[in-house]
Amino acid sequence: MKVLVIAEHDNRELKTSTVAAIAAAQKLALPIEVLVAGYHCQTVVEKVRTLAAISRVIVADHDVYQDQLAENLALLLHSLSADYSHILAAASTFGKDVLPRLAGLLQVSMASDVMEIIDANTFIRPIYAGNALATVRMHDAIRLVTVRSSAFNTPITTHTELAELTVCDKRYALEKTKLVKRVESKSERPELGQAKVVISGGRGLQNKENFALIEQLADKLNAAVGASRAAVDAGFVPNDYQVGQTGKVVAPDLYIAIGISGAIQHLAGMKDSRVIVAINKDAEAPIFQIADYGLVGDLFKIIPELLTKLP
Amino acid sequence: MKVLVALKRVVDPYVKIRVRDDGSGVETANVKMSTNPFDEIAIEEAVRLKEQGSATSTTVVAIGSEASQENLRAALALGIDNAVFVPNDAMLQPLAVARILQQIVVREAAQLVILGKQAIDDDNNQVGQMLAALLSWPQCTFASAVKIAEGGASLEVTREIDGGLEVLSATLPAVITTDLRLNTPRYASLPNIMRAKQKPLTTLTLEELAVDTQTAFEVLSVAAPKTRKAGVMVDSVDALLDKLKNEAKVIA
Repeated sequence: MKVLVIAEHDNRELKTSTVAAIAAAQKLALPIEVLVAGYHCQTVVEKVRTLAAISRVIVADHDVYQDQLAENLALLLHSLSADYSHILAAASTFGKDVLPRLAGLLQVSMASDVMEIIDANTFIRPIYAGNALATVRMHDAIRLVTVRSSAFNTPITTHTELAELTVCDKRYALEKTKLVKRVESKSERPELGQAKVVISGGRGLQNKENFALIEQLADKLNAAVGASRAAVDAGFVPNDYQVGQTGKVVAPDLYIAIGISGAIQHLAGMKDSRVIVAINKDAEAPIFQIADYGLVGDLFKIIPELLTKLP
Repeated sequence: MKVLVALKRVVDPYVKIRVRDDGSGVETANVKMSTNPFDEIAIEEAVRLKEQGSATSTTVVAIGSEASQENLRAALALGIDNAVFVPNDAMLQPLAVARILQQIVVREAAQLVILGKQAIDDDNNQVGQMLAALLSWPQCTFASAVKIAEGGASLEVTREIDGGLEVLSATLPAVITTDLRLNTPRYASLPNIMRAKQKPLTTLTLEELAVDTQTAFEVLSVAAPKTRKAGVMVDSVDALLDKLKNEAKVIA
């Protein structure tokens, strides 16, 4: 059997999360094919064809697929699914939208956000925001899986010999949904979910004005800015800054928690970070129990010092 | 327009969970339980649609243990009109939940279903999309704003997507799943808590619904993740920067 990976792109560039999905697919040791559905998406197709792991690229280049909406992509995937034992996508907002809809059409189960592939049917996925890991086995003839990109970050080699290309002329119209607009957030800072460094502030910042200290520090380190639920509830920052079980789950190389005591809810959202630094005036704060480096002290003295001493 | 929401009773997000020693799952006995936070947002949105006059009636569904009825009563106290309780103690996979909801949507003649984008226990993020597929309805996942068009034939939903926002227009009937920014749920007032006791709460069994809840998905075991090694305390900013630079090598 074969694996189908769904390419995520904007008709111009392939998203790096798709490369992670392909890296995950390699663990299955089966031929890998990639579906590129879009409109005028030739550059994406050419890019995918250079990836050494791919045996075939299926391209569905039609106006109806321009906006990558779940309604008709799920129908297209459904029509192609009989040839595959696995269909994989990255656990991005795109993959999380499309793949469960396909599962509904196929009436099969699905494994979300997989971190480890044990064998063709067995997978490890996080539950309770990563506070527990479930090993699951799928018995459907077709296994639908979204994968956590950060868990499969091996680079894929490219080669000059291009993968086979098949043109798919199936055209499923959008009948019930229509894209009105897409607005990319224009922050100068990296996106919270993707950033290599995240600086988060908590209630210890005391007010909205003081939170600017966190932002200055983030700019020094080219970091994304996060916040605890307490800081969000206190109105220091909007709630899309929230790191935690009900906010964003992040796993950067460096996570600096400042003025955050470390409620369970928050820890669930950042404990998989590679290096954790905690700065807090309370030496007993639970955040220190999971921090690699802890510094007890007054953040209003420490942040300015950091700002001066960082290059 | 009839609006249907569903809730799941889950371990409270502020409770530190404990994985059972035998690997059979997460301990839920004698643990504080709450309505899944994303479902609270769905409930709030349904109540607001009723207040705005877009919804004619609102129904909340819970599939779960007897105690789920407490969460249903709480939703009624927040302003939902009536509740449906489907008793079930088995662990259901999202496909089974979607099949059950599909039957209830048909029975209730709901035209808009609002679900939390995921439950914070299993973190699957699947039921809304699966339900939309089973019904052949459009889906608007990860909603941060909902606007029902004049006349109620369509809606516009702002969606939280990686790296930004997207506005999707969809015909009704439709399924929406909620993201964190959609609204801030209210608290129930004491008079409304008293009034909620009089609101209708009906029980529908899986037998009555005649739904196949079997799925080909098996949870073999649940384990605690590797715990982090205890770190070190540093006594100055200089010491911290030295560690980050030379030991952890995370800053230049």
